[in-house]
Amino acid sequence: MTHTQKRIIINNIVMALSTLSAVIGISFLIWILSVLVINGIDALSMTIFANEGAPPGNEDGGLKHALIGQLILVTYATLFGVPLGVLAGTYLSEYGQKAKLAETIRDVSDIMMSAPSIVIGAFVYAIVVAPTGHFSGWAGSIALTIIMLPIVLRTTDDMLQLVPSTLREAAFALGAPKYKVITQVVYRGAKAGILTGILLAVARVAGETAPLLFTSFNDNFLNTDMSQPMASLTVTMYNYATSPYEDWQKLGWAAAFILSMFILTLNIIGRLFLLKRKGK
Amino acid sequence: MATIVDITEEKALKVKDFEFMYAGADAPSVKKLNMPIAKHSITALIGPSGCGKTTLLRSFNRMHDLYPGNKYSGEILFKERNILNPKEDLIKLRIQIGMIFQKPTAFPMSIFDNVAYGLRLQGLKNKTELQGRVEKALQDAAIWNEVKDRLKHDANGLSGGQQQRLCIARAVAVEPEILLFDEPTSALDPISTAGIEELIVELRERVSIIIVTHNMQQAARVSDYTGFMYLGELVELGRTEEIFVTPKERLTEEYITGKFG
Repeated sequence: MTHTQKRIIINNIVMALSTLSAVIGISFLIWILSVLVINGIDALSMTIFANEGAPPGNEDGGLKHALIGQLILVTYATLFGVPLGVLAGTYLSEYGQKAKLAETIRDVSDIMMSAPSIVIGAFVYAIVVAPTGHFSGWAGSIALTIIMLPIVLRTTDDMLQLVPSTLREAAFALGAPKYKVITQVVYRGAKAGILTGILLAVARVAGETAPLLFTSFNDNFLNTDMSQPMASLTVTMYNYATSPYEDWQKLGWAAAFILSMFILTLNIIGRLFLLKRKGK
Repeated sequence: MATIVDITEEKALKVKDFEFMYAGADAPSVKKLNMPIAKHSITALIGPSGCGKTTLLRSFNRMHDLYPGNKYSGEILFKERNILNPKEDLIKLRIQIGMIFQKPTAFPMSIFDNVAYGLRLQGLKNKTELQGRVEKALQDAAIWNEVKDRLKHDANGLSGGQQQRLCIARAVAVEPEILLFDEPTSALDPISTAGIEELIVELRERVSIIIVTHNMQQAARVSDYTGFMYLGELVELGRTEEIFVTPKERLTEEYITGKFG
């Protein structure tokens, strides 16, 4: 066999193996999505959005309580997590730069980003749920905030650092004070990237179950009081899907479908932002 | 000692025994430098890479203060005050001494907002006055006709040469007394370069200009005075035609004739 023949054969083997792996990976993804869509759409109906949870065997049970609960939990987490994360990221990129404190914060948030979310749930249980004596929406939102914070912080830091330093210098050269350079010039330059980071962080926490099990727990009925246990799509889905009742399992499928579509939409919007930025 | 021609005009800046050391460096990048800068004229700074010309330029508006640990000593006199004084109000100083950078630095906002940026910083809010000043600045920078119909468009949609003229418009809008140009055409094509050079010559009527350039032809074309720097020192400052035709220092002659650099 000549050297060239050998090279062609190896080339073909590598190509075949990598194509096969890609196909296997994608088949699983399509399988999951199609099962989800088939069962999810089948379970969808107007009553799901209109009605609260009902005891098993009751035909008109819905997910309104979980949808609203989820929305409240994620909204509060976003309200806490985004300003904190963006400001902390601003500190890292614009003030701390290479200082020891800044580098330590970067390392810690990188570790926190890969920390199992159930650990964060247990932590919030210990500092909020145990002292107050009961599960609450606040505890759930705090847990989600903690998961969100390092993601928003690191994206903000990275995106701000991508803004060329000459742009900052140009603003300083016109006599701009530092806070105006940051808010009027640097933020504008990094807007698309930071927004994408925020959307992806929201999508990430919207799919969390483990930290909510320990904190906001669950409620089969509509509750908007943050100091009480609160339903969420993820925990509701977990409860319904693992229950022995067929109508609850159906609602579990619907919850899974709605949640996936929500997260998919956020991801797509986030990617569109990035594409727009690159296209410029 | 450097050979420095007698400058008959009023001085825009006087540099006295100026030294500059970057954070963490063990030797100064600019050494015991003395140099007068003539008012309402164009002074070019030339010299091989690393000779300290950009470092000197960035000292005139205290740009080095943005990064911690840099050290100045000596004096730079502007209107009889030493701008290296730690108490110097850098915001006021940078309004009076503007800067144009190597690469165009259009802000991510509309063309109008770019030019209005410095004016708004100074608290100008009146819409009519703002529009008047923006239009005048764009005319001064010879770009008004190209952008007058799209003032609301994103400035990043302009070509490199247009963006650089926009940056000049933004800088002249606040009516500085001195404009510092840091290799303003090194990222531009020859036609845009010619446009910017023409503009710099016209601006001399109103502002004193200091320009750092790697292009000796450019220095010869636009400047009234040329300073040649080497290894952090000023070797010679003279009228441009003398520097390029009859330099007094052997080092200057060797550099402009391309013997090193």
